[in-house]
Amino acid sequence: MGLPGGWSLENLLEISDLTTEFDTSDGVVRAVGGISYTVGLGETVAIVGESGCGKSVGAMSILRLIPEPPGRIAKGQALFEGRDLLKMSNAEIRDVRGRDIAMVFQEPMTSLNPVLSVGRQLTETLLRHTDMNEQKAKERALDLLRQVGISDPARRLTQFPHHLSGGMRQRVMIAMALCCEPKLIIADEPTTALDVTIQAQILELMRDLSKRLGVAQLIITHNLGVVARYADRVNVMYAGKIVETGTAKEIYHNPSHPYTLGLLASVPRLDQPRGTALIPIEGQPPDLARLDDGCAFRPRCRFATERCGHEIPELETVTGDHKSACWHYETLVQQNGTAA
Amino acid sequence: MSAAEDMVEEDSLAEAEPLLRVEGLKMHFPVTDGLFLKHTVGLVKAVDGVSFTIAPGETLGLVGESGCGKTTVGRCILRLEQPTAGKVIFSGVDIAGMKTSEMSDLRQDVQVIFQDPFSSLNPRMKIGSIISEAMRVHGIIKDATERRERVSELLRICGLNPRFADRYPHEMSGGQRQRVGIARALSVNPKFIVCDEAVSALDVSIQAQIINLLEDLQKQFNFSYLFIAHDLSVVRHLCHRVAVMYLGKIVELADCDELFDNPKHPYTRALLSAVPVPDPEIEAARSHQILEGEVPSPINPPSGCVFHPRCPQAIETCKRDIPELQEFTPGHMLACPVVPRE
Repeated sequence: MGLPGGWSLENLLEISDLTTEFDTSDGVVRAVGGISYTVGLGETVAIVGESGCGKSVGAMSILRLIPEPPGRIAKGQALFEGRDLLKMSNAEIRDVRGRDIAMVFQEPMTSLNPVLSVGRQLTETLLRHTDMNEQKAKERALDLLRQVGISDPARRLTQFPHHLSGGMRQRVMIAMALCCEPKLIIADEPTTALDVTIQAQILELMRDLSKRLGVAQLIITHNLGVVARYADRVNVMYAGKIVETGTAKEIYHNPSHPYTLGLLASVPRLDQPRGTALIPIEGQPPDLARLDDGCAFRPRCRFATERCGHEIPELETVTGDHKSACWHYETLVQQNGTAA
Repeated sequence: MSAAEDMVEEDSLAEAEPLLRVEGLKMHFPVTDGLFLKHTVGLVKAVDGVSFTIAPGETLGLVGESGCGKTTVGRCILRLEQPTAGKVIFSGVDIAGMKTSEMSDLRQDVQVIFQDPFSSLNPRMKIGSIISEAMRVHGIIKDATERRERVSELLRICGLNPRFADRYPHEMSGGQRQRVGIARALSVNPKFIVCDEAVSALDVSIQAQIINLLEDLQKQFNFSYLFIAHDLSVVRHLCHRVAVMYLGKIVELADCDELFDNPKHPYTRALLSAVPVPDPEIEAARSHQILEGEVPSPINPPSGCVFHPRCPQAIETCKRDIPELQEFTPGHMLACPVVPRE
């Protein structure tokens, strides 16, 4: 079967060279600076990075949820089942949102409508995207609430978001995401606002649903532990770029970018005894309005050389699908190998 | 530091006279109803009988989920709340019933570092004034020039350029603001600092910088921390001893490594199992015990052991008998009669 745009069957989502810019009083801020990655059918892919690295903007760009102006998707392609989401008309992208690709946001209190009942918010999506009638939609909503583990679903349908706890609200968000049996769920920090035991419940639920229904997931998070537990593949972002990509195992056991290495050394771990040295990454992330034509991580990097100051490294293969955007990844891998 | 030296340090901590002793602390908030004729319809037992000690130079971690009362314990020690019952003995003086007028000394000895570096610094004050205000109020350094020098020194100690004294909070990043919060706490030479989620709002690379700073400062000035946090990995890294709270009560308290390597209370075990470790292979091998349900309302807490409705090991008597926090093994306190002794 001839597929447009070189799209391969295994890849549900194929992002290439996605670039998103914002006009600010400080000049043009390139929040996402040309990122490329794929999400396979039924796969869980994580995008990891710290505040302001562009991970959320990158995800919002895919669904064209960036306010324009001041924002603008400057270039790139986002192929979903071979169709470019970035070139679709407004009507077409509205059909994709909530039906083929659903989104789960971080703050369930602000992303649910406070003046609409849970039932109304669930059926709204169904009535918009399917030809169900009100009665059918209500039945489906009940079934969805049951699937995400909400007790007493019939009563919950009539309740409002403020009646529910944080974990409960996030379950409702997931139920809304599942409404139209999407092929991909984009979850932006889905558990960051929740307590650990509730976080474990929600992530377990998402993993279980994804396995059972074959939904692919794109998880955006800053939590390296969550990624290790749930993701198949990982993209590490820094200052608007993907600096390292690979399977979770490769990223954690054989980090090949100084930033990834730094992140792993600076995070306290539950399985390490008290007082184990934390090696922070000195300095701070760069101002995205003032990026030069060198590697953005250079000022904080102990491997940096003169070359890093005037040439931006591209992703290069370390082994197989494991890639790193660093001029010195070979030195780094060697040093790591001898240290371990 | 060698292992032997470390042992000596830990021993001396245990024997020293505690700097802070909290006994049977209770903080109950009334729930009122009625617009004109206000009447109490219930009590939120935010803290319900909590006891612990903290030695000079020691860090006690206080962990638990939202609403377990950990922050209220901190506020009672700071006397931002007047406790309903119990004692808070600081340096031999019970501060629980102290009048506001008597608390000037306490305010110098006990300081606090808050979670949110954005809302805890006055946006209209320059960093220099924020840090020097307490020194001025308490009359620690009366001369303005000397105060300015002290501010520069404090900024340097906290890893900031002294030039920051002339800036406003909005000109700084989250990590830098948190350093300012720490410099402000240090300005009055405190003996005790309450850190309420002091590193929770920071990104990991910045968080590690602040954790290391807190540790270095403790080594340098030998003050004690009450480290209130929900992030168990950070607590394990930083604390000498750890208390786990659930619905207003301490359910387990032990030395840090003992608690994390050998947790006894079913709630502690579930809590630890819920925290993911940044290593996919370890994660794949770990058994994950997912705790069902949610924390019940503190207005109408369950009878007996407050954890029994969610507890996988609960037996009939748990619904009736309130478990006491008792020594399980030397130094390891536990409030659960079901856990078998070896």
